[in-house]
Amino acid sequence: MVIAVVILLLVISSLLFHFLSPWWFTPIASNWTAIDQTINITFWVTGTVFVAVNLFLAYVVYRYRHNKNRKADYEPENHKLEGWLTVLTSIGIIAMLTPGLFVWADFVDVPADANEVEVVGQQWHWSFRLPGDDGQLGRTAIALINLNNPFGIDPDDPHGQDDVLINSNELHLPIERPVKVLLRSKDVLHNFTVPQFRVKMDLVPGTQSYLWFTPTLLGRYEILCLELCGIAHYTMRGHVVVESESDYQTWLNQQPTFKQSLARISRDIAAGQQSYTACIACHGVNGEGNRAIGAPVLAGQESDYLNRQLNYFRSNIRGGSDDDIYGRQMLPFAAMLADDAAVANISRYLHSLPLVTVTKSTEHRGNVSVGREIYKNCAVCHGEFAQGHYAQKAPKLAGQYTGYLKRQLENYQQGIRGKHPQDMYGSQMILMSKLLQDEQAIDDVLAYIATLQPVQ
Amino acid sequence: MNIIRQLLSKPWLSDDADITDSYNQTQCLRVVQTQSTKTALVFFLMVVTVVFFLISITFLSRSQYPDFTALAGPPWLPFSNPITLWVNSAFLLLASIVIRFAATSKASNESVANTRMVLALCLTGLFSCLFLIGQLLVWQQLTASGFAVNGNPANSYFYLFTGIHGLHLAGGFIALIRVVISFVKHADNERLSANLGLCVWYWHYLFIVWMLLFALLTATPATYKTIALLCGF
Amino acid sequence: MKEIQPIADDHQPSGFFAKYVWSLDHKVIAIQYSVTAIFVGLIALVLSALMRLQLGFPDHFSFIDPSSYLQYVTMHGIIMVIYLLTALLLGGFGNYLIPLMIGARDMVFPYLNMLSFWTYLVSVIVLIASFFVTGGPTGAGWTLYPPQAILQGTPGADNGILLMLLSLAIFIIAFTMGGLNYVTTILQARTRGMTLMRMPLTLWGIFIATILGLLAFPALLVSAIMMLFDKLLGTSFFMPAILSLGENLDYTGGSPILFQHLFWFFGHPEVYIVALPAFGMVSDVIATHARKNIFGYRMMVWAIVAIGGLSFVVWAHHMYVSGMNPYFGFFFATTTLIIAVPTALKVYNWLLTLWRGNIHFTVPMFFAIGFIFTFTHGGLTGLFLGNVVVDLPLSDTFFVVAHFHMVMGVSPIMVLFAAIYHWFPLVTGRMLHTGLGKLHFWVTFLGTYAIYLPMHYLGFLGVPRRYFALGDTAFIPDSTQTLNAGITVAALIVGVGQLIFIFNLIWSLRRGKVAVANPWQATSLEWQTPQCPPVHGNWGDNVPVVYRWAYDYSVPGHKTDFTPQNKTDAESLLPDKGGL
Repeated sequence: MVIAVVILLLVISSLLFHFLSPWWFTPIASNWTAIDQTINITFWVTGTVFVAVNLFLAYVVYRYRHNKNRKADYEPENHKLEGWLTVLTSIGIIAMLTPGLFVWADFVDVPADANEVEVVGQQWHWSFRLPGDDGQLGRTAIALINLNNPFGIDPDDPHGQDDVLINSNELHLPIERPVKVLLRSKDVLHNFTVPQFRVKMDLVPGTQSYLWFTPTLLGRYEILCLELCGIAHYTMRGHVVVESESDYQTWLNQQPTFKQSLARISRDIAAGQQSYTACIACHGVNGEGNRAIGAPVLAGQESDYLNRQLNYFRSNIRGGSDDDIYGRQMLPFAAMLADDAAVANISRYLHSLPLVTVTKSTEHRGNVSVGREIYKNCAVCHGEFAQGHYAQKAPKLAGQYTGYLKRQLENYQQGIRGKHPQDMYGSQMILMSKLLQDEQAIDDVLAYIATLQPVQ
Repeated sequence: MNIIRQLLSKPWLSDDADITDSYNQTQCLRVVQTQSTKTALVFFLMVVTVVFFLISITFLSRSQYPDFTALAGPPWLPFSNPITLWVNSAFLLLASIVIRFAATSKASNESVANTRMVLALCLTGLFSCLFLIGQLLVWQQLTASGFAVNGNPANSYFYLFTGIHGLHLAGGFIALIRVVISFVKHADNERLSANLGLCVWYWHYLFIVWMLLFALLTATPATYKTIALLCGF
Repeated sequence: MKEIQPIADDHQPSGFFAKYVWSLDHKVIAIQYSVTAIFVGLIALVLSALMRLQLGFPDHFSFIDPSSYLQYVTMHGIIMVIYLLTALLLGGFGNYLIPLMIGARDMVFPYLNMLSFWTYLVSVIVLIASFFVTGGPTGAGWTLYPPQAILQGTPGADNGILLMLLSLAIFIIAFTMGGLNYVTTILQARTRGMTLMRMPLTLWGIFIATILGLLAFPALLVSAIMMLFDKLLGTSFFMPAILSLGENLDYTGGSPILFQHLFWFFGHPEVYIVALPAFGMVSDVIATHARKNIFGYRMMVWAIVAIGGLSFVVWAHHMYVSGMNPYFGFFFATTTLIIAVPTALKVYNWLLTLWRGNIHFTVPMFFAIGFIFTFTHGGLTGLFLGNVVVDLPLSDTFFVVAHFHMVMGVSPIMVLFAAIYHWFPLVTGRMLHTGLGKLHFWVTFLGTYAIYLPMHYLGFLGVPRRYFALGDTAFIPDSTQTLNAGITVAALIVGVGQLIFIFNLIWSLRRGKVAVANPWQATSLEWQTPQCPPVHGNWGDNVPVVYRWAYDYSVPGHKTDFTPQNKTDAESLLPDKGGL
């Protein structure tokens, strides 16, 4: 008796949960409403079966409960009934499968007028490439990937010269134009998902996969990686900005082509040294920084990283928060750098400076062996010896002032740094900084980093 | 009994049951045991077949990738003229023949029969060992001439195929030794003869598998293309 | 009738080691399997609790970092699917029940049977050892996808993955040994009168599941060997030209998707290796406790066979978003939805067995009813995922996690509990405590539904699986965190609730009510042994002869409401119907 009632209640509460729950698909922002419709059909069919089967279960469990004066029936089989049930079930199956396959056919068959966009995935961020004016993406190869050619484009392929490179986590798309997204991975399996677009597909190294959609709603949508790709899988985020055609063109014109990026390789280190004179007061003549005033070591740092941080300071992406006391001080100095070339030069100059040794700080007491365990999570980006890596967009941490590192971690945890939407890798560091759940953990991991020798 | 007829029967009707289908335990223990070992071997061979089948199908798929270079074809490739492989095949064939002889030879005198059988089994062991040694030599030659396991996928598959085949042969060898030891302990002629029969099947099976592997691994790119097309790759 | 020689080793074992450690008796081996499987299952349960702690209360537990989280996820998954469910259902229940249900004295290869257990134990030890090596166990997910599984950036990429692959290979060898025993015994050692169609559905489930296992595990073995080659020898079966953390590696030309094909060619039949014995056992529990023959026995057998066969052609529904040739999606969606039909028919038949039955609300029956409810739910959500285009938004989200827990975690566990409460008296001669059993049932049934029903909705929202933390994600409302916390609380309650069961098991072994022979008045042969629990050799002097199918419950004209399989018509019919 009780069980029959419970089953009934479970059916009712499941239905209630379904209709009252706030947790449902995010509003759709692409053309794939047909997927939502197929899901609805599936719901109606399966929902009906769920209710029918369980109501029947509750009924039989009640009606045929044990009665010592009654004997159970003896009926080995009933062909007619079984036949009907088979037919009905098959009809239900066909009702769900048929629309599903039609919609799938639409997905497989990309519209001829779709624009191509390449999404490149790697551990643990996104980058993007557009075919440029010639409409064709240049040939790429893993072996060609290096600091100056992060996309691995073949410089001998004429089609690659005009490819537009977006070396950040944010892609823009024009509204109402179908786009075929070509998916390429540099290392492991990833998956490109924007829930509002409904479609997703894995990125497979060694081959190219695709999906297509037409964005139908203006907005800024989050990209998630949905195929487990290592420790920092959950931090691999990006954004797709859907905007008007004209806004899109504006954005597009700001992105460099491959040809332009090659032209930028040559750096004028002397010019960089020249610009650097304005920074010596705080950062030291050898880029050794100044512990007392909170200026970090810059000598030998990843040039890509310095480049990015200076640009962030220039655009108030970093240092813009009122709580970022030291960061705000950087704003006017960064503004002194006239253009991208100046930024690139000074970054290259600083990278070329020989490493400096910093004396260990006595203030912070951390447990080195605990810190070693924690650091394993950081090592995948920052390197086993905290040497940093351009490919991971990770700065060198070894040989840096503990106080500076501590402040940055705390800034990330509090959202003082990294929260700006244009801080492409900030959200990742915010997530990672949350692993350190108290001050002791921060001190521990920094104590371990302090034992690591910086390598050039 | 026909499995379809069985599945269609209505077991709640007692007169419909075909009792002879069910195995009759009043039969002699040994017959049950022999039948069982045979059934087990059949299933085991199915399992092994699935293993080789899967490796083969992935091999064929891989053969159509651009980086795959067959090990046969133009004369400088190691298997364009695979003499060592032919020699090894001959050893395996001899092992198969000799073990069949061991299992089926009839002699008037029991001690003569036993002697013949023992000799034949020793020869089986010898030829099987020669096969395995020969395979290892091929490995050595290949690696020395620059076709290491981690080179071309064709190499990797060669080592994988022959390694797994060799392991199965070694396993069969152990089983054969157990059969002989059991005979020495219990002197059960019927059981020995039954088990030897199964060993014969196993050796023949491994020989057939080997010849198929041989053909597959020494095929030319054109052959791979044809087979791959047939399989839909 | 001529005196029957026992098939098994004729000598009664003597001494503690011969009787309980190196035993050749299928019943002892079954218990060895079961105890080992339940032990590792409890470890996996604890791991799941740790996972839920992180998901429910992120940033609270400093010892759970992304690295260890992924290791818990991976080990929880692999232990539950393979080392618990497969081992317990086939190695545990299969070993115990097969000879008894077919009227044999033991398996046809008792020595091989013993070897298979010890090999299984070695595989478990190797797996657990991966917790103690440098780098810890692999954190690649139970699916172990390359390239990530063997590259830096994933936990355990150096040693943990090697031990995992080695352990799986050893398990497969153990399974093959056991599997050969089960199929051969069923085919060759059935007693007189026991036709295949007179076997209880438990045996059909185990039989077909074993065949599936024998034919599917090779795919896992091949993929494991290839991955070992890639890791240890530098081959490129699965490894294309790639970077690892920015450094170019030596691999070239391999295909990660190939691994997925091999893995899922094994992986899908694997879920039926778990499900089919469960289907079989629950059928027998329902029939016995409702005093009614299973409805549509033939259809049930055909459905088991059909599901078994079809399970080999649906595997790529796990790969709809893998980047494989999209045209495969049409084929696999179709086969996947087709396999739903025989599965649905089984659900109808269980309901129709209860219909017009005489249902005793024993603890096994409660769990059987719980199974029907949860399996219906889980099976229906599978239809969402099987329909390729519907899978697109749902793949790799919590919807998938909720679905597979319902069909693999909750419903087979319901059956396992039903089976343990049902067969405990046979194995031990005592009854499990009913009050504790009912409490255990309610906590488990309601608790697991409270865990997994809401989880589907996280999936609809788009919350990804295998995420250590969600962080500040714009489209995910804060209420999701409350929901996650609620699920965690439910999970912890269910986890702790299992202590009721463990306590009941241990307590009842010593102090449980002594069972009468055949306490549930069941018809199948395992209950008809002269001693309960059955002793070595099972049947005493004479093996039984079978005269009827396994479901003569409440037959009109029979003396009692159940007629065991080894009773003749003369013994069972009422006097005015021809009986004695």
